[in-house]
Amino acid sequence: MDKNGYFGNWGGAFIPEVLHQTFEDLKREYIKARQDPAFWQEYLSLMSTYSCRPTPLTHAENLTRHFGGAQIYIKREDLNHTGAHKANNVIGQGLLVKRMGKKRVIAETGAGQHGMATATMAARFGFECTIYMGEVDVQRQRPNVFWMEKMGATVVPVKDGSRTLKDAINEAFRDWVTNIDDTHYVFGTACGPAPFPEMVSWFQSIIGQEAAGQIQARHGGMPARIYACVGGGSNAMGIFGRFLQEPGVELVGVEAGGKGIASGMHAVRLGGTDASPGVAQGYKTMFLQNEDGQMLETHSVAAGLDYVGVSPILADHWEKGRVRFESATDDEVMEALDLTMKMEGIIPALESSHAFVQAFKEAPGLSPSEAIIINMSGRGDKDIFTIAHAFQDPSWKAFIIQKGLEYSK
Amino acid sequence: MNLEQELKERLQKKDILLMTHIVLGYPSFEVNREVVRQMVDNGVDCIEMQLPFSEPMADGPVILKANQDSLANGTKIADCLAFGAEMAAIHAIPFLFMTYYNIIFKYGESAFFAQAKEAGIKGLIVPDLPPEQGESFFRLADEQQIAPILIFAPTSTDARMRELDGFGRGFIYCVARRGVTGKKSEFGADFSDYLGRCRAATAKPIAVGFGIQDRDDIRVLIGKADMAVIGSQTIRLVDSKGAAAVGPFIAGLREASAKPQSC
Repeated sequence: MDKNGYFGNWGGAFIPEVLHQTFEDLKREYIKARQDPAFWQEYLSLMSTYSCRPTPLTHAENLTRHFGGAQIYIKREDLNHTGAHKANNVIGQGLLVKRMGKKRVIAETGAGQHGMATATMAARFGFECTIYMGEVDVQRQRPNVFWMEKMGATVVPVKDGSRTLKDAINEAFRDWVTNIDDTHYVFGTACGPAPFPEMVSWFQSIIGQEAAGQIQARHGGMPARIYACVGGGSNAMGIFGRFLQEPGVELVGVEAGGKGIASGMHAVRLGGTDASPGVAQGYKTMFLQNEDGQMLETHSVAAGLDYVGVSPILADHWEKGRVRFESATDDEVMEALDLTMKMEGIIPALESSHAFVQAFKEAPGLSPSEAIIINMSGRGDKDIFTIAHAFQDPSWKAFIIQKGLEYSK
Repeated sequence: MNLEQELKERLQKKDILLMTHIVLGYPSFEVNREVVRQMVDNGVDCIEMQLPFSEPMADGPVILKANQDSLANGTKIADCLAFGAEMAAIHAIPFLFMTYYNIIFKYGESAFFAQAKEAGIKGLIVPDLPPEQGESFFRLADEQQIAPILIFAPTSTDARMRELDGFGRGFIYCVARRGVTGKKSEFGADFSDYLGRCRAATAKPIAVGFGIQDRDDIRVLIGKADMAVIGSQTIRLVDSKGAAAVGPFIAGLREASAKPQSC
């Protein structure tokens, strides 16, 4: 990151003046933490006692046999506390908030995983907590809303714009500019104004650091390829980080193809041709926008990938050819999810299932002496309503109807 | 005459200037035209015309909704530029564009400045473009002699205010409080201290905006600020009572400022 917060042509900090001083304070605290080995030690200790780090690297032997190519390994961020990689970032920022002496945290959430993780951290550290969530996402991720509220957070459904992740981000910024003195905005992904992209990637880098040691021990060398889904891009940055310095490791980001790129109903920023450079939500990246610079509606079965922008750090790696971008459609995602559940007894989140799709497409073309890693960013049980609906599961439907009757009495 | 000179000249005759805000294409350009006419006829000194953006991060519910509805009506940036040119040609007050940086970035900075110049626009307010991120923007502003209006906030340090003043032209827009547009502001002792700090950091006229709603608010500002900014309030008024209500409302504000300061 350069002094203006750029990675190559991307990033920056396009913020209203009222936030200037807060960002100066945040940058200073972040740099201090990075230079203080005790900070990372405290972080690691918390992640290994409050959460389940290091998370395992699972050799998916049945899937490997099924596809008959590369050895398939799965990095199990679903086994992190709160069921996704999101806790890595949130606990790190929580420690920073303690150092800054602020008492209240706010966050945006799409799939609800970041909101869940933030509500959890706030409960543990004793912070007041407000979560902004698009109204559409409140509907599709109801179980996470329930748990956030149970942990004492206030969940605010955002009714503006497309009522998804980007609108939740705008609303969280509006809260922040109003309550800056005592509030920290726990940004959930490797996007937004500097220093968030780099700071979030730093906390997430724990994924790749662990995975590098684990694959070395299990496979005896570096993997040929690594697959990660890309919404904002924090889980991808997390696992890619350590491997950027390994030129032999190909890094593959998988975006939400939705109903197909040709349909226009997707969230493909870097793997297609629909996005163009823009500045919104405090940073410069490739956005899905029209010729006037108005943001477009995006679509994905996975709320966490349903976003108009993408990490400026990934945009830089994309431009420089270091990370390859692909996309997976909603239908392909359901198939990959089904196969993974049946063959491995593992339930990936809809978001993570995007990475599985691309890995399954490419595994047969690689040799059994090669290894690939899929970053399973989160677990899928939060998606039970969406997945059951997509499978048109008859016994689930009957159960919901029965419950509905019970409650309406 | 540049914007700063023009405002200072107006200040010779008035104890405080009024700047108003409209969102272009909301509820329609037709209504915008009528609202601007009423504003100008009733003594408004400067009008900021907001080019709608889908992600208006610094705006509160009233202006946010106006942005969204304008876009839903099909408002295009080209229409806004043409409307700006039309207004600047018929009315003898300075007109500014206010928008978020992406609108200008996507249009192309050079092309946008050229169009704004051609349209007779005197200044630009871009709340999400701090000077350190806008090297080419500020260079073009100087080349085209269009004033980039910079914003002071209560959270700005004295050093930061002086730094911003170095980049700003025309006047300084002082945000009255933390938060977004549209909510009522309190003008207590802290506020007076803040305006004192603003005044000390710049020799340019200072405008105060965010939450200025009525003649009492404006009365408080006389002697402390050079220009009061009415934003969300006129949008609410047009929503509830129609464009015709704007003239009497503005005239009412003017009556207040004509009164002696002691009342």
